[in-house]
Amino acid sequence: MTIIVKAITRLTVGLILLFGIYIVAHGHMSPGGGFAGGVIIALSFIHIMLAFGKEEAFKKINQGVASFFESIGAIIFITLALLGISGGYFFLNFLSKGEPFKLFSSGLIPLYNIAISFKVGSGLFIIVVILVLLKITKEGGDK
Amino acid sequence: MTHMLLPLFVVIPLGAAFLNSLLGKRIKGFSDILSAVATCALACISIYSIFIIKDAGLIVYKVGGWIPPIGIVMVMDGLTVFMAVTVNLVAFLISVYSISYMEKYTEKWLFYCLFLLMVAGLNGVIISGDLFNLYVFLEIAAIASYALVAFGTEHEELEAAFKYAVMGSVASSFILLGIVFLYSVTSTLNMADMSLEIAKGGSPRIIMLVSVFFLMGFGLKSALVPFHAWLPDAHPSAPAPISAMLSGVLIKSLGVYAIIRIFFSVFGATPQILNTLMLLGALSMMVGVCLALGQWDLKRLLAYHSISQIGYVVLGIGLATPLGILGGLFHLFNHSVFKSLLFLNSGSVEYATGTRDLQKMGNLKEKMPVTSATSMVASMSIAGIPPFNGFWSKLIIIVACVQAQHFAYAVWAVIASLLTLASFMKVQRYGFFGELRGRLSGVQESPFFMKLSMILLAVICLAGGILLLPGVYGSFLEPARDVILAGKDYAKMVFMSVR
Repeated sequence: MTIIVKAITRLTVGLILLFGIYIVAHGHMSPGGGFAGGVIIALSFIHIMLAFGKEEAFKKINQGVASFFESIGAIIFITLALLGISGGYFFLNFLSKGEPFKLFSSGLIPLYNIAISFKVGSGLFIIVVILVLLKITKEGGDK
Repeated sequence: MTHMLLPLFVVIPLGAAFLNSLLGKRIKGFSDILSAVATCALACISIYSIFIIKDAGLIVYKVGGWIPPIGIVMVMDGLTVFMAVTVNLVAFLISVYSISYMEKYTEKWLFYCLFLLMVAGLNGVIISGDLFNLYVFLEIAAIASYALVAFGTEHEELEAAFKYAVMGSVASSFILLGIVFLYSVTSTLNMADMSLEIAKGGSPRIIMLVSVFFLMGFGLKSALVPFHAWLPDAHPSAPAPISAMLSGVLIKSLGVYAIIRIFFSVFGATPQILNTLMLLGALSMMVGVCLALGQWDLKRLLAYHSISQIGYVVLGIGLATPLGILGGLFHLFNHSVFKSLLFLNSGSVEYATGTRDLQKMGNLKEKMPVTSATSMVASMSIAGIPPFNGFWSKLIIIVACVQAQHFAYAVWAVIASLLTLASFMKVQRYGFFGELRGRLSGVQESPFFMKLSMILLAVICLAGGILLLPGVYGSFLEPARDVILAGKDYAKMVFMSVR
């Protein structure tokens, strides 16, 4: 990519990541949440890949790490849901609900959002990586 | 405490799937053991829940402690348990089979991950009491199955998977559209609540439209005849355990079960719907078996027979008489056992000889005694030879047709059964009897785990008739039949059980 794209990317990529984290953290009281925030977090890494090439992006996060986070996100989600059984019901929101519209409120929902953002962010990143890495060949090898 | 069992049907396979993707790559043999243990636990829980349902009748589980029309519920009744036993028993035996069979593929842990996700989706569809939740689980199972059909990643497999994915997505879109229309009319997604709203008779035309959408969507998932085109490509291309899973339980859980639940329990079966179901069933029966007769590819032949046998199930259920429904459900169980067995046999033959072409086989009964004997049992079952389970269910369906004055359907079913017999005589003659070809002289019997699961399935085939004996009948088949017969009382039972 050109120097313009690279310079702008250097400036914005951190902000995009931060915005993604903001969306995840405030998912329970404003529009957004784990899915939207996860997509934005993934976009910040995809942004690096588009501007500087895939090698540069893999230095920040490689497929193994992304795959690990994808699995761990799902496992955290299921574990939180199962912890609800301690209070009597699967998916029960057993933490204190707190005061509405405060960052630390609504019990387990912010934690679910974080688990979903792991899953969605790394999942989307892996999908883009696969689209970048795979080459399409025609049957019979005609050129 | 028994309530706690309901979410486990979804949690165990989901948890196992993601643990597999986390650790399966790193620890050798971990994914084999984990998936066998998880599916075994599911099979045990589902068999245990037969006894719970016998006492309790119907159990509603409020997810997160929210009461039904507001929160999502899981409902377990006779039909649910019947389907859960079918799905999880077959899934367990297939998982055992895969331990040896999947050795010839790379990335075995990935296979188990997708397999367990598919089981989670199938169980979720069965256990859910919420229409949108049912759709979500249906998509989980369907998307996992698209990936599994393409697991070999050869040209043929990718093409089949793509075709399946496109047709499956069209079906899912129709189902989603139907749910959207229903939600706009009833303002609820809970199936019991929806049933009460529809009973008020607000907008019959929308219900008619939605019925057609659902018939199209779920009909495609269950491969009824005008919507069957994906199946003969997808089933042969998948690895054998997945063919068995697709044919054995996926088309029933996503297709037939959803049709029964929505048309009988939510809408209440009208004569138009029942006649359509019977017509589609009769059509599937004959078209499937006629297309199967000319096939030389063993797995493709079996795939066409799946269409034909699903026709029997739908015909039986479409009759809507107690005997017809019993026959349909019993045939559903039997078909999932013997068709899984037949696909596992074909996998075993392919594992040993490397071919699926019947013309290139011959006299395998000397080289592969277990595969040959179990395939003989399964062929006799599917063709409806007495003492095997397929005979009893086909007999019940045909008697029910006669009893309900549908003589044409009865004759039609007998003819389809004879054609099935003919086509399986062909399989036995060319595949397992006849003269041995020189190329196959070095063939060996399959490994232990493959033999084990094939023998267990063959035993169930042989002993399937036991389910009709008085003591057993009352706890397994009868509660399932009663749920369908009760129809729209489902809503009343759900709300009564909540209070």
